[in-house]
Amino acid sequence: MAALAPIGTVVGRGVVVPGDDIDTDRIIPARYLRCVTFDDLAEGLFRDERIGNDGLPTGHPLDRSEHAGATVLVSGRNFGCGSSREHAPQAIARAGFRAVIAGSFAEIFFANSTTLGLVCLSLDEEPLAELRSAVQAAPAVELTLDVPSATVTMGERSFQGHLPESARSALLAGRYDPLSELLAGAEAVRRVADSLPYVRATGGRR
Amino acid sequence: MPPRTLFDKVWEAHAVRSLDNGQTQLFIGTHLIHEVTSPQAFGMLDDLGLPVRMPQRTFATVDHIVPTDRREEPFDDELADQMIKALRTNCTRHGITYFDLHSGLQGIVHMVGPELGITQPGSTIACGDSHTSTHGAFGAVAFGIGTSGVRDVLATQTLAMSRPKVRRVEVVGALAPGVFAKDVILHIIRTLGVNGGIGYAYEYAGEVFDAMSMEERMTVCNMSIEGGARCGYVNPDQTTIDYLEGRPYAPQGADWDAAVTRWRALASDPGAEYDDVVVIDATDIAPTVTWGINPGQAIAIDESIPHPERVPAHERASVEEALAHMQLTPGAPIRGTKIDVAFLGSCTNARLSDFREVAARLRGRRVAPGVKAIAVPGSTLVKEACEREGIDRVLEDAGFEWRAAGCSMCLAMNPDKLVGDQLCASSSNRNFKGRQGSASGRTVLMSPVMVAAAAVTGMVADAREVFGPAEAVA
Ligand code: SF4
Repeated sequence: MAALAPIGTVVGRGVVVPGDDIDTDRIIPARYLRCVTFDDLAEGLFRDERIGNDGLPTGHPLDRSEHAGATVLVSGRNFGCGSSREHAPQAIARAGFRAVIAGSFAEIFFANSTTLGLVCLSLDEEPLAELRSAVQAAPAVELTLDVPSATVTMGERSFQGHLPESARSALLAGRYDPLSELLAGAEAVRRVADSLPYVRATGGRR
Repeated sequence: MPPRTLFDKVWEAHAVRSLDNGQTQLFIGTHLIHEVTSPQAFGMLDDLGLPVRMPQRTFATVDHIVPTDRREEPFDDELADQMIKALRTNCTRHGITYFDLHSGLQGIVHMVGPELGITQPGSTIACGDSHTSTHGAFGAVAFGIGTSGVRDVLATQTLAMSRPKVRRVEVVGALAPGVFAKDVILHIIRTLGVNGGIGYAYEYAGEVFDAMSMEERMTVCNMSIEGGARCGYVNPDQTTIDYLEGRPYAPQGADWDAAVTRWRALASDPGAEYDDVVVIDATDIAPTVTWGINPGQAIAIDESIPHPERVPAHERASVEEALAHMQLTPGAPIRGTKIDVAFLGSCTNARLSDFREVAARLRGRRVAPGVKAIAVPGSTLVKEACEREGIDRVLEDAGFEWRAAGCSMCLAMNPDKLVGDQLCASSSNRNFKGRQGSASGRTVLMSPVMVAAAAVTGMVADAREVFGPAEAVA
């Protein structure tokens, strides 16, 4: 497998999608999951919040001209809760985002995102609220997200965030997709498989 | 050896090695796949030129997109048709066991694993679906993964995982009559919060879980993820062993005896250390329903809808958003809220025992005029078992549509959907905005018996009042 580029910083403009507990059904409604590739997912991103019942745009932050080209999505607590669908981070990444800043992340969403190299930085309540207001007030100002220090800087201001060590080191080493490393453990995998009666019971190659 | 939890034992038996970033390479003994989250994973494998490492340890079925009325192929929905074909082709190509639509064994993936005995104590189970936590009911470590994770398991039979902490959730005492497993888990989520379980595996323990059947334990473990816990489990006991005996994929003969001995040794040891312990009194649990747009926004049936100004400041915006979406009035009782649709189904509550409880109450009753009521068994085996007992006829006589197995209106990837802002009394697990197929559709989660009560009264109701005390229901 080709090596991935290390991710040390993400620089870009932000857009705030307000709310806590934003679930994956909102990020990408289930009807967009009727697909066998991830190619066309960007179109479904927050679709039901962006287009009203009347078929007209609702003026969602993602559609406002001042946020066009934003690459950092800023939201609230427990972002990405709900289903395990990787379609959610895929849709976010395919819509051009490279990082999500939130109060906290649902676990499966966090793992899925990290594997794709979509950086998920969590911020405590107060700094997060401050950052959200700053982005809303000055949408043209770029954010700089620094992976080694888990901080995000906007103009003069800097906010300390949290990034689990496993994700931080993986991003910095360009090893956030674990597959090559997992493949390299094949011999040890065989030993574990052979030690488990329920696995041995089905025979076959191990 | 110091006392260990079941989680410790299973994790240690499956840990392959430490990875560079400090995570564990964890062996996944049992892998379940379905049509929604697997095709891209097979595509990635093809792009990399990798084979499936242990095809005999992956089991497939089709559930999310299948129509539950007209099941002939090709499906009307071309995209759904492509998905079932892709799954079939991928399984054939890689030698994976696939319980196809007309095999007699098809159903929601979390029903099929247990009822065929594929789900076993002490195993690790992964599936590209967050409700994989269901399988924890057997004392397995079972959790949902994304599509890249599905790829990793197919290619290596392992995952890169961070070890969670373990929280023991003890429910002591006995449940009052008319209080079900669904009420227990809704109460737990309401108490600990929808993100309270992030970073934890939940061990459900105490008299209430000891007394539960396997099907009830599955209902509870199923919704662990709704409380933020990626996995939840119950220690295996005689109930577990009795359930598994004789199932097609359970060990047989001498292997069975050996397996039982191993399974009995799995339960958490007395004195094992937990990262956290929460104790809940069973008598505090009433029939519970949701009023909002996440499963933690729940109240007992006799409580009132919360006032945004009376909740902690950081919750206010969420409460306001939920009330606006649900079109509910703060301070009003939830009881009496008019419903449009009643849905009995999903991997939380579409098992034989659920339908038995409902049928016992619906005999001789009618669904209220104007209510659309559908009953969707979780698996083909459940459907057939219900039909052998005449449960289908009781439900149909009452005015429910009796369907074939699938996820159906739980997430509405098939033709079963809410329309406009219809309000649905639902035995499923998620009340997220748009979850049941209409962006403005509204979901009230509850137990199957409460769905039946809502169906016959046309409103959210207390089943104990509608059908009489639980003891009186034969
Ligand atoms: S029934 Fe619902 S929750 Fe369960 S697997 Fe199907 S869609 Fe997911």
